[in-house]
This record gives sequence, C-alpha cells and structure tokens, in this order.
Amino acid sequence: MTITFRSETFRDDFTFRNSLYNIRRFPFPFDRDEYMYSVNMEPHVRGKKDSVFENLIDVDEHYVAEMQDRAMVLKEDPLRCQALPHMMAAQWDTLELLMEHQAQDYPEHFTLEKNGDRWRWINRPMGIDDTFTFGDPATLPYPPMEYITRQAQGDFCIVDQRDNNLWMDAGMVTTQADWSLDFDIGMNFMEWHGPVPLAHQIGVFDRALKFLLNLQQGKPTRRLNWTMTVNPRLDTSPENYHKWGPDRATVTPENVGEKMHLRVELQSLWRLPRSNAILFVIRCYLISFNELVTVPKWGRRLPRVLKSLPPEIVDYKGLARNRPIMLDWLAKYDDEAPTSAGIYPD
Amino acid sequence: MLVQGIKSRPEYKGLDVDPHAKRHLFVLEGEGAKALIDQVGAKGRDFLTKSEILYLAAGAAPKAYDSVISALSPDVFWQAPTLQPLLFRLRACLDLARMGTRLYIAGTEGFIGQIMQVAMEYGIDYHSIHTEHRGSTARRVQCVHCKGITDNVTTSPFACTHCGLPLLVRDHYSRRLGAFQGVNIDAEEPGTAPAPEEMFP
Repeated sequence: MTITFRSETFRDDFTFRNSLYNIRRFPFPFDRDEYMYSVNMEPHVRGKKDSVFENLIDVDEHYVAEMQDRAMVLKEDPLRCQALPHMMAAQWDTLELLMEHQAQDYPEHFTLEKNGDRWRWINRPMGIDDTFTFGDPATLPYPPMEYITRQAQGDFCIVDQRDNNLWMDAGMVTTQADWSLDFDIGMNFMEWHGPVPLAHQIGVFDRALKFLLNLQQGKPTRRLNWTMTVNPRLDTSPENYHKWGPDRATVTPENVGEKMHLRVELQSLWRLPRSNAILFVIRCYLISFNELVTVPKWGRRLPRVLKSLPPEIVDYKGLARNRPIMLDWLAKYDDEAPTSAGIYPD
Repeated sequence: MLVQGIKSRPEYKGLDVDPHAKRHLFVLEGEGAKALIDQVGAKGRDFLTKSEILYLAAGAAPKAYDSVISALSPDVFWQAPTLQPLLFRLRACLDLARMGTRLYIAGTEGFIGQIMQVAMEYGIDYHSIHTEHRGSTARRVQCVHCKGITDNVTTSPFACTHCGLPLLVRDHYSRRLGAFQGVNIDAEEPGTAPAPEEMFP
C-alpha cells in the first residue's frame, strides 16, 4: 500500500492531524476500564491488517514530518543521539534490522540491495539513495545508528547486556515522554527506571528485567505505555520542559478536545544478532481527544480509566493540573454502557 | 540522613580495608578523613605502610584531620588545596597504578561522584571501589536544560548558577555525570517557584 505522507508540524503552529484511517488504527492502550502498571508484554508478531501491528516496524502517514522534526531537534541539541564506544556492533545490527523491515514491508517506499558487504539503500519519501559498505562507518554520512534512526519513526535505545543487567549505552531520543538520554546513558535497567513510582515496589521491574535478559533473537516482544501531552508535540524532553511546560496551563474547557492528546508508546524489544544487545524501539503515537472520541468505545473507556488512576501515577505522568477539565469534557462520551474487552474499536 | 531508596543512586557501603590488596589508594575529602581514621581503629595500622592518601580538607580544615593522618605515617600522604589539583594528582596515581591496587573514596557525595568519574575513565569497575559518605548531604546537581553543574546545593529549589532557572532537585542520579538531576520547577507557570527549602544540610 502506498502511504500518502502528510505535510505537518509538531511545534509552533501544530498542524499535525490524524486521517480517519489513522484514527481507526491508533494503538489505544487500555484493554479494560482501569489502569495499573504491569509487565504487559506480549510477543511482537504481526497483528490485524490496518492496525499498527500489521508490520513490526510501522511506517505511517506522519513519517516524513516526524523525520523533519527529528532533524530540527538534533540541530538544536546533538546530545539527543549518543552511543558509548563499545556499541558499534550493535549500531550496525540496528541499521540492518530497520532497513530490512522497512524494505520488506514497504517496498514502494524503501529498497535495500545487498551485494556482499556493499549495500545500496533507497528511501524514496526522503529522497535518499546511498551505497555504503556494511561494517565501515566511514562510508556513511553519520554513524550507523544515527544514519538509520534519522529515517525511522520512534525513539531508539540500544541496551547492552552484561552482569545480569541491561545498560542504556546508546540511543536516538527526540520524541520522549520527559526523560533524558544524556542523563540516563550508561545506567542499568533499575537505575534508568529509578524515578517511576509504585512499579518498583510491586516487582514489575524485577520481572521485566528477568524476562528481557532471556529475550531470544527472532522473537521480539512488545508492550504499550501511555501518557498525555498538551498539543501534538513530539519533543517533550526534560531538556525543553521550560519551553513546553507552559502549554499545560493553556488548557480550557473550550479547547481541551483539540489540545489534549493521548500519547501512546508502542515499545518493542529486539535481540540483536552480532552484539547480543537489545534494540528498544519506543514508537510514539499521538491522538487528540476530539479524534479519539470518534471511536465510541474509546470515548467511554478513557474517562473511566482517568477516574481510577492512583494519585502517584497522575502526578508522575503530569496529569494533575488538567485532569478535572479532561474528566468534565469526557463525561458526555461515557453513557455508562459496558465496554468490550481489548483495545480495538467495536 | 540521606534519602533512602533512590534506585539510580550508588550505595555507599563504607570503607573496609581489603586485606588482599597490594596497594591502597585513599582519596578523602573533609570529614572523609574520619572514615580512614576509623579503619585504623578497627583494623590496626599495618595497611598504612602500603597506603597512599590524597586529602582535600575543604570545609573540615579547622578540625585539622590532616595532622592526625600525617601522624599515622602512611607511605604517602599528600594534601590538595582545592579539588582541581587533587584530580590532577589522582590521574597521575592511576596512570602508575598496578594490579592489586584498591581504591577508597570518602567525603561528600559530590566529591565521591567526581572521583568515581575519573576512576571509571581509567576502567575501574565501580563495584570494586569502596566508598563512604561523610559530611554534608549537599548535592551536586546538573541542570537538565543548560547542562551546567552546580556544586554544594543544599536547597530545593535552587537557582541554576549557569542559566538562572529555578530547579527542583530530583532523586535521580547519574554516575556518569556524578550528579543529581535538576529540572525547572515553575516551567508551567513561570514566576511561581516556591521559596527554597533547606533539604540537604
């Protein structure tokens, strides 16, 4: 299927919108009417057609605009992309994985030709046609991880595995929900999750780490995570919090449907073949409340979930200020009818 | 008392002289001198003949721990006037260090963090370093916005000494930077920062 890429912005005038097709395929993260942290991991296998799970590396109508936004973030702050020196093999693993998936699932848009170590990569939406030697960083205009993640939607962390732990040793992070790669790089799994409330105490991270240490090549896994963002802003980094923080004070009962966005991360984790590292893809999807309530099941469920959230989660996700406005506005979409199990529209 | 349970913060388990080490390198600041003196009380003086001690008196200068340590006659005792020459000397020590050298650090958390940074540059596994927190609980904080580091922060919020933003001191610590994270506290409504509160005396 040929995707029509939208021309839009994730800053300033915020022209980002979802098409009707894209609304229906949004990865709504709540499979029931309440929410609590859990080790909600499942095999990352192909799912329904016309869902974000149709392909394992999803490319959608926002691809080109997201890559333009990433390039702008990197110009302002090159530290959003960093790799520790021992991660070069994992960088090549990452390049291979992303090129192969994009070329295989979107042949109209991407082509990968291999002739031994001599590879040719064509990215039509971005007008790129490069030939390089796999394994030789001097033949690419950027280091391999940066090169390919400037051409792939989502944030990317490469975590090294040693001493029975996972280490955040490389990443391209420009669309994050308020965490800093520059601060967290080099940390282990427990350390970089340090600030998350509640989950440590209920053993979520111990179980998740144990699970991930045993992740096998060819058997990626995934989970959904979520938060809310005012305006469709991809770069909600702590670095720029003083710039986007004021947005939170601009929400009113009149504009909440347009301004408030549910922000969902489709996180997928892949064992890499040469380095034995894990590629952690954090793909961000945004949907405005106006768009979201066009699916009646989601309009019913969202206010129920918001109402039932523990205060620690409300606080950590930065929802405290606007939760009353959100609940008031959403109330009219909850007719108290039962909702069906699972995340998909009825 | 230090706040407990910050997952990203190193644990400072205390100095415990390693009887198998061929050489002991102590890097001490202020009240950290007492950590060494207590080890002498507990373990005897034998290890001192194999010990090199780098000391920065800092705020504890009036207590004259330097003369106490000097009187213990370690193999090497060297005092730094400020942190910068201490780091310079430390690098020289690590350049020459042999297998079997054990590193011990005691002092304030910001000091420990900066010494560990140098040690890790030299490939020392941080798990193998003995550390003991002594003295003030003041924090070394990196501003997440401008990346500037402010030493000896005792309040939260505090004004970043580089960009001036009022920063909340988060309980999130980077060993690589040797610093806690500071995040603008009044980003959502500039000008509404609460008054600084003494949190880390």
